[in-house]
Amino acid sequence: MSVSDSEKEKSVKSSALSFQEPSQVDKEKRQFLVVATAAVGAAGAATAAIPFVGSMLPSERAKAAGAPVEVDVSDIAPGQIKTAEWRGQPVWIIKRTDEMTAELPKHNDQLSDPMCEVTSQQPAYCQNADRSIKPNIGVVVGICTHLGCSPTAKLEQGGDMGAGWTGGFYCPCHGSKFDLAGRVFKGSPAPTNLVVPPHSYIDENTLIIGVEAEMEA
Amino acid sequence: MADNKQKPSEVIANVVGWVDRRFPLTSTMKAHLTEYYAPKNFNFWYFFGSLAMLVLVMQILTGIFLTMHYKPSAAEAFASVEYIMRDVFGGNIIRYMHSTGASMFFVVVYLHMFRGIIYGSYRTPRELIWLFGVGIFLALMGEAFFGYLLPWGQMSYWGAQVITSLFGTVPFIGPDLMEWLRGDFLTADATLNRFFAFHVIALPLVLLGLVMVHLVALHEVGSNNPDGVEIKASKDKKTGIPLDGIPFHPYYTVKDIVGVVVFLMVFAAIVFFAPEMGGYFLEHNNFIPADPLKTPEHIAPVWYFTPYYSILRAVPPVLNSQFPGVAAMGLSVVVFAFLPWLDKSPVKSIRYRGSLYKRWLVAFVVSFFVLGYLGTEPSNVWGQFGAWAGGADRATVVARIFTAIYFLFFLLMPWYTARDKTKPVPERVTY
Repeated sequence: MSVSDSEKEKSVKSSALSFQEPSQVDKEKRQFLVVATAAVGAAGAATAAIPFVGSMLPSERAKAAGAPVEVDVSDIAPGQIKTAEWRGQPVWIIKRTDEMTAELPKHNDQLSDPMCEVTSQQPAYCQNADRSIKPNIGVVVGICTHLGCSPTAKLEQGGDMGAGWTGGFYCPCHGSKFDLAGRVFKGSPAPTNLVVPPHSYIDENTLIIGVEAEMEA
Repeated sequence: MADNKQKPSEVIANVVGWVDRRFPLTSTMKAHLTEYYAPKNFNFWYFFGSLAMLVLVMQILTGIFLTMHYKPSAAEAFASVEYIMRDVFGGNIIRYMHSTGASMFFVVVYLHMFRGIIYGSYRTPRELIWLFGVGIFLALMGEAFFGYLLPWGQMSYWGAQVITSLFGTVPFIGPDLMEWLRGDFLTADATLNRFFAFHVIALPLVLLGLVMVHLVALHEVGSNNPDGVEIKASKDKKTGIPLDGIPFHPYYTVKDIVGVVVFLMVFAAIVFFAPEMGGYFLEHNNFIPADPLKTPEHIAPVWYFTPYYSILRAVPPVLNSQFPGVAAMGLSVVVFAFLPWLDKSPVKSIRYRGSLYKRWLVAFVVSFFVLGYLGTEPSNVWGQFGAWAGGADRATVVARIFTAIYFLFFLLMPWYTARDKTKPVPERVTY
């Protein structure tokens, strides 16, 4: 600043021979005017940037597409899975059999975060043993927490996943493994459990994804 | 942190020095800003060059953000513009800035051109600056025309249909040329898609290149001024700096900022309170989606094209061909390029010209405005003459008279500028 300023002064003095440069320049006043003008200009530019930066946010149409989704859970057979689309993401509704739900706490020692202590991965009302509101119905976003692939359902025990497999999900991209509550197994590249989206039940059989019980009223 | 003896000013000097040894930073700044000496007597008319640059930057910026949401297809274009207006955060402001910017671009460019005409800025040694400027004007007209099709409203569609049809009047190759331009047998999806390509990349690149050579040529020969006196003719003997020159920065950068502030106040007022400008900036019919089966009752181009459109309509068909009208319209724009060689006056600036030139200039300006007005109206706007004139439209006859005056301003220029009684030009600039 001061270097280019002094250069300017010099060039002005040497060039402007034909008109009068005031003999005394009030440098303090000049500096104040420069800073004040620049500050007002910067504030104007920042304000003008609001519509431009804002235009890149999800539009009203995109927000409408991200509206809550209602799912009828009565037609899912025990041991089966249904995929709903919420905000363009697959959301799995897993209807566990009683045996499947009973199995969940038994393999806690093989999991990275069995008690769901990473609170960003599920709402507080799902921070329980089976990560759900109704013990036999699990709701998770079907996107691997590693790099965003959608894992494959391997609901049955054993099978091509080997004898120790207790049923769950296997990510084909980098081999992350999750159990039937979406909890990640130790040794997987995925760092955290699958996300449980905010959800609640409108009535006995109707699940709504994107609306929490408190928000309903 | 131990070696804390350098002052901040020394750090900056070191960084600038490092860059200067690798890139001509300081020397470029000097050549174009701090040691580019512009005449000290610039007035109001000299705002419009820098304002045109400002509008160009705004058009590019708003255009980039519109492109993020716009869909260049006949099926989706109209709806995507409405989507921008209703659903995208700030989308209505960005779009109105772009549409207002188009009109304001022509306002400042017309004023900039008029400045060049009254002060003889196209005269030797500035012919190339003027020619590059005419190139910028042509590219700008193309940019405006191609861009106007994109919203895919009724005026977009029928405007493009009419203008592309003009190429169909070219003798022999016309119909084939027209089909090639449209990429279809009528203005259609293919036309929209290619106009989008021209509008967002081809012409902006041409425009930026032309603006650059326009400025390089300007800084090579130096700016003209309201007196039309060459300031380089009177230099300080020791420094070689023009006696009537002051460094562009800070003197004219600060002056231009004042112009920018006033301009932006006007601009923001239009964007927020009158973006359609009563149908002159955004035509009412363009809020109806394009319908290839139904032409609107009254179609007219946007205001900045109407003088040329009037000339097109005024020239009668010859041997059943519309081509003379089309040629006249083209000539009415291109003729500006010949000004440096048509003007034979011994003086440059209007300040030292005689009354003959001034009268011709007034006649030209009046005809530009009358033709501009008539171009926005249907040709029967003033009714018809009686049977004695064959029942001709009054407006058409008036447009023909002013078309003649428009061209005579240029064609007779070598005669009346040479014959004009000029005043003596001072050696140094005045205020």
